[in-house]
Amino acid sequence: MKRSVLTILVVALYFLHQDYWFWFSAEPLAFGIFPVGLVYHAVYSIAVAVLMWILIRFAWPDHLEDESGSPVSSGEKTS
Amino acid sequence: MIPALVVFAYLGVVLYIGIFAFRRGDRGGAAEGYFLANRSLGQYVFLLSLFGTNMTAFTILGSAGHAFTNGIVTYGLMGSSSAFLIPLTLYLFGTRIWALGKRHGFITPVQMYRDRWECGHIGTAIFAMQAVLLVPYIVIAVMGGGTTLSAVSGGFVPYWLGGLVVAVVVMSYVFLGGMRGTAWVNTFQTVLFLTFGAAAIIFIGISIGGFPQAMQQLLDSPETAPLMTREQVAPRFFFSYMLIPLSSIMFPHISIFCLTASKMGQFKKTIIFYPLCILAIWLPCTFLGLAANAMTDVPGIEEKIEARATLADERELLTSAETADLQRAAAGDDVIILMLEHYAPLWLAGLLGAGIMAAVMASDSQILALSTMFAEDVFAYYGGASRFGPAVQVQTGRIFVIVIALVAYVIALQLPPGIFGIAVQYAFSGFTTLLPLLIAALFWRRSTKWGALAVVIWTASTMLAVAVLQATIPAPVPGTVVSVWAINGIDVVTRTPGGTAVLGFMPVLPMLLGSSLLMIIVSCVTPAPTAKTLARYFSTPHASGHVEPV
Repeated sequence: MKRSVLTILVVALYFLHQDYWFWFSAEPLAFGIFPVGLVYHAVYSIAVAVLMWILIRFAWPDHLEDESGSPVSSGEKTS
Repeated sequence: MIPALVVFAYLGVVLYIGIFAFRRGDRGGAAEGYFLANRSLGQYVFLLSLFGTNMTAFTILGSAGHAFTNGIVTYGLMGSSSAFLIPLTLYLFGTRIWALGKRHGFITPVQMYRDRWECGHIGTAIFAMQAVLLVPYIVIAVMGGGTTLSAVSGGFVPYWLGGLVVAVVVMSYVFLGGMRGTAWVNTFQTVLFLTFGAAAIIFIGISIGGFPQAMQQLLDSPETAPLMTREQVAPRFFFSYMLIPLSSIMFPHISIFCLTASKMGQFKKTIIFYPLCILAIWLPCTFLGLAANAMTDVPGIEEKIEARATLADERELLTSAETADLQRAAAGDDVIILMLEHYAPLWLAGLLGAGIMAAVMASDSQILALSTMFAEDVFAYYGGASRFGPAVQVQTGRIFVIVIALVAYVIALQLPPGIFGIAVQYAFSGFTTLLPLLIAALFWRRSTKWGALAVVIWTASTMLAVAVLQATIPAPVPGTVVSVWAINGIDVVTRTPGGTAVLGFMPVLPMLLGSSLLMIIVSCVTPAPTAKTLARYFSTPHASGHVEPV
């Protein structure tokens, strides 16, 4: 169920990129300078960040880390 | 001269970071230390460096130039599509590449393909294909460096010297610092060009007394109003362009970079913040490129607008040579530099020039990736490491760094830049077409080495076909297309001003469909890898009980 909802969200966002509804519109201009089509895709980018947070919060593949083998070997350091 | 001095100071800092990384460690002669920074990068270096690795000269110069000519569509085509697909591919594939690398000790993607499909020379074919697609990037970075240094010094530093300086600086810190040096330099560069966009908008906005008047001027003119919408771009083209960012994870320097994280958790911040970093860079560059159409008082911009108007009004009367000259004159790749020279104070123009240089020099990761692949997939695989030892292997990688940088410099001096601009276009489609390799290796048990070979041959053939078509049929003038192949009056293949279209879509769509089909069909009719190999990749029982790919 959870996986299905997340898949639908990802597919929906993929198709929301194709925004026919603002194709021929420049106005309204946000803050008097940004055409509406540009603002849509700016907001879209923020929505993508939220979707990525949701994916990480609810569907992070922890099992990959568990099964990746030995922990960081001695002498390694984090930059 | 002040901007040039600031840029040279920046190059000095970058060189020092490489030397510092050399002193810091990874000098034990082990390949993992030099090529992967011992798989030990922390989350912030991982985020900023991975992002910086993906940003090239095109990000700042090319995106503004594209927006100058095509308007706001630039952000949707290249910005928001990358904001969605690059973090998604890192989430789906990057984490799995990391886990397999950690588990089996892979340093390059070709090592994974060889092991997964029990193949040798087919892996070499994949290496060759990836190397061919990567080289134009390195050449174009040297060209970009030469052009930028020449521009910010007002011609005092000639093109050949600017390109040489960039090639030597990049070669030095990659040679000395390996992956750790490259990651730190990329982190520093990313911070620089993340601040670039906002600073450029603020200073140019203040200088022209705010943007509202400029935007209204664009909206009121019938010539420029379409730039505020996407009416000049076909929805099919826009839709198929969405496939291009899928290429990112297939670039060897990106998949190799996925192996450098110390923990898989380091991907989390990268995946969440990547779209916001795209927003911070691409939105200002797109906006400034668009706004440049209203800045006719800036020397150079008015000539570009006039050339574009002549192209539109007299396209039926122009010869192909005149058309090519006008297209060159109308190109907007330098509009940001022109605006900065006109509006920003000298010291700021220097800092912003350094920001542009940071993006131009993103070839470091590609050089390191090619060197890593040569040292691992060719030198070590064909017996060099076992015969001469790991220290010689690392030295071979370092020597290869010098060879690549010098070859790129010589090519950059010899050939016209247009050739490599086109080659870079092909590279994106090529790497997207190779994507079924990665998906099949990670998720499909039944995939085979022969399916992989079919994908490589298909990619090379289709790219060659598109290249031959575009070389034999000259680009039509903007606003027109030439029908190449039609069935029952329907144009199947057309030559467009920007390239080629198949049923109105970019060629990458049929190329990707073809490679996916070939992977499925050829794999189904050829023998699968042994059960022992498959067990190493697909034997992990999930909590729910079903088998998960590792």
